[in-house]
Amino acid sequence: MLRIEQLHASVAGKEILKGINLTIGAGEVHAIMGPNGSGKSTLSNVIAGRDGYEVTAGSVTYHGKDLLAMKPEERAWEGVFLAFQYPVEIPGVNNTYMLKAGVNAKRKHQGEQELDAMDFMQLVKAKAKLVELDQSFLSRGVNEGFSGGEKKRNEIFQMAVLEPSLALLDETDSGLDIDALRIVAQGVNALRNAERSIVMVTHYQRLLDYIEPDFVHVLADGQILKSGDKHLALELEERGYDWVKVEAEQAAA
Amino acid sequence: MNNLKQTSRQANNPDIKPEEFANQEYETGFVTDIEADTLPPGLNEDVIRHISAKKNEPEWLLNWRLEAFRHWLTMTEPHWAHVNYQPIDFQAISYFSAPKSKDDGPKSLDEVDPKLVETYEKLGIPLREQEMLAGVAVDAVFDSVSVATTFKGKLKEAGVIFCPISEAVREYPELVQQYMGSVVPTSDNFYAALNSAVFTDGSFVYIPRGVRCPMELSTYFRINAMNTGQFERTLIIADEGAYVSYLEGCTAPQRDENQLHAAVVELVALDDAQIKYSTVQNWYPGDENGVGGIYNFVTKRADCRGDRAKVSWTQVETGSAITWKYPSCILRGDDSVGEFYSVALTKMRQEADTGTKMIHLGKRTKSTIVSKGIAAGHGQQAYRGLVKIGKGAEDARNYTQCDSLLIGDTCGAHTFPYVEVKNPSATMEHEATTSKIGEDQLFYCQSRGISEEDAVNMIVNGFCKDVFNELPMEFAVEANRLMEVSLEGAVG
Repeated sequence: MLRIEQLHASVAGKEILKGINLTIGAGEVHAIMGPNGSGKSTLSNVIAGRDGYEVTAGSVTYHGKDLLAMKPEERAWEGVFLAFQYPVEIPGVNNTYMLKAGVNAKRKHQGEQELDAMDFMQLVKAKAKLVELDQSFLSRGVNEGFSGGEKKRNEIFQMAVLEPSLALLDETDSGLDIDALRIVAQGVNALRNAERSIVMVTHYQRLLDYIEPDFVHVLADGQILKSGDKHLALELEERGYDWVKVEAEQAAA
Repeated sequence: MNNLKQTSRQANNPDIKPEEFANQEYETGFVTDIEADTLPPGLNEDVIRHISAKKNEPEWLLNWRLEAFRHWLTMTEPHWAHVNYQPIDFQAISYFSAPKSKDDGPKSLDEVDPKLVETYEKLGIPLREQEMLAGVAVDAVFDSVSVATTFKGKLKEAGVIFCPISEAVREYPELVQQYMGSVVPTSDNFYAALNSAVFTDGSFVYIPRGVRCPMELSTYFRINAMNTGQFERTLIIADEGAYVSYLEGCTAPQRDENQLHAAVVELVALDDAQIKYSTVQNWYPGDENGVGGIYNFVTKRADCRGDRAKVSWTQVETGSAITWKYPSCILRGDDSVGEFYSVALTKMRQEADTGTKMIHLGKRTKSTIVSKGIAAGHGQQAYRGLVKIGKGAEDARNYTQCDSLLIGDTCGAHTFPYVEVKNPSATMEHEATTSKIGEDQLFYCQSRGISEEDAVNMIVNGFCKDVFNELPMEFAVEANRLMEVSLEGAVG
């Protein structure tokens, strides 16, 4: 379970998150929506531990542990996974090789035996089917020469292999055509279970047609202004974000 | 090289900061205490006569040396390379240092000074073990004199000659006289002339017509004594249709003063012959303040003298305070092929100015250049390459790719490509990139559970892959390890 309390964070001295409170239970799917520049991506990057995001106040605990004190790889070992908005190309580094290093580092951390090449290939081939990723992608350089849609599919493929307990999907729907969106969503839905929490950061209701959230939050100006169920997303689609801000201002006044 | 494996203990240390990368311990920095027969510093004709006499050389070779020396006196040190160093006092260097041998020298490994063997074992090249397991014949050069040559028997059966060049001078004088200096003339450049005058040993390889050398040949160079320059000379001849793969590895003990290494390597490939020459160079690079370290000023050149001859240079350069070398190919024969694959890593205060020259003279000659430079700390990297298409080189082709990878923001990478085309039918391609190891690449790997240290290694090895693929299998693995060790703590 993830608990975020009074989280403040800055980038290059500018405060982006201004007191986030959010609790995410096991097996829940949360959607975080909001206008551009509201701090959505900052929130997922702070949780995953990217450099350059300074936490000035507040706490993030995961299964009772202080996530903010951990290096990004340690967070991954604890079960945190970030699907990147812009997946990174690493030329010459084999996609499967990188993933195997990640999986085995995690297994080692958990005191499990590392997977050998044969076992790992079997695992990887099964998971690749989940997102209809052609096997030729497995032996290519990490995201090297992948199309936008292929990169996003590769992210969900990695998520399937790493089996995180908390998956952060940062605008996974952006840049996807409708077929790719359907495939990615199918992959995510297949990974839903009672233990795995999923946080989707998105601009659009469209993604939520395919992956139905349990909770929807509106993030604007670095704060969560409103929370609700999937109907809130539909309302946002219809009315935009401004009314939420106005409502919040009135409540504050 | 195997000894580098011991250092993996630090690989997962999460607390290494970039500045500690500069302090990366030089793992092969030990000194062997052996009684050495060393000349006092200084260079004059008497010193050359002494070297020649010590080695019982024939008159022609002494005269060859003296001629080179007299020419050297008229030359000035080159300063065009993108490197900075204090002037070298050539009179302060001792030009001969040989481990004292009891008789005429060892006949087999059993006769080799056990301390020497121990040294090699520390270096991770136990000769015996290699002899039995690895199938690699090693001609080990220790402070200028070859002390042990393995696998002679098996090679002899195939008709392959692989021996110290001093021995070749005695046993195969006609071959040596015909080929030595025919690729790199004694007057070629300042350091080549110096080497010709004072070279003390090196390796000689001759592969007869139509013979495929049955094993990888390997030489291990190590500079041991204080203030001795190492001037080895290597000559490899592949006769018509012959094939050989040759690897040299180099290390030196850690010392405060700079040591000069000015080697000459000559390769001759006749019709349909193929030579693959790989170097893994790990000379002592000096400390984080740039004190000490090897000056590696080397002339390496191949002559594809015959039609359809092929020469590949592959180098992994991680050591030396200063590296100045341009393994080159003269593509004289029609349809001959030259290749140059290079990975150079500079960190701390290391400087490297390296590249290649591809001289196309024959018709339909082809050359490929792939250069990967990695700079970290205050390291400086320069790629310098010349592609020359002569008048008669119809339909010549060249492909050049130079990529630089920067780690941190205090290092530098530079590219100096020179092109001279005198035949309009030539096809030339050039690609160049410079990139930084991105924070985002590192974070991407980390978010998949890979430690920062491992991520840097992974990214750098991915960057070098095109070159490592060209190394003989077992050395590709070593090269990977060497990069990992060299990169420990590269990014904080």
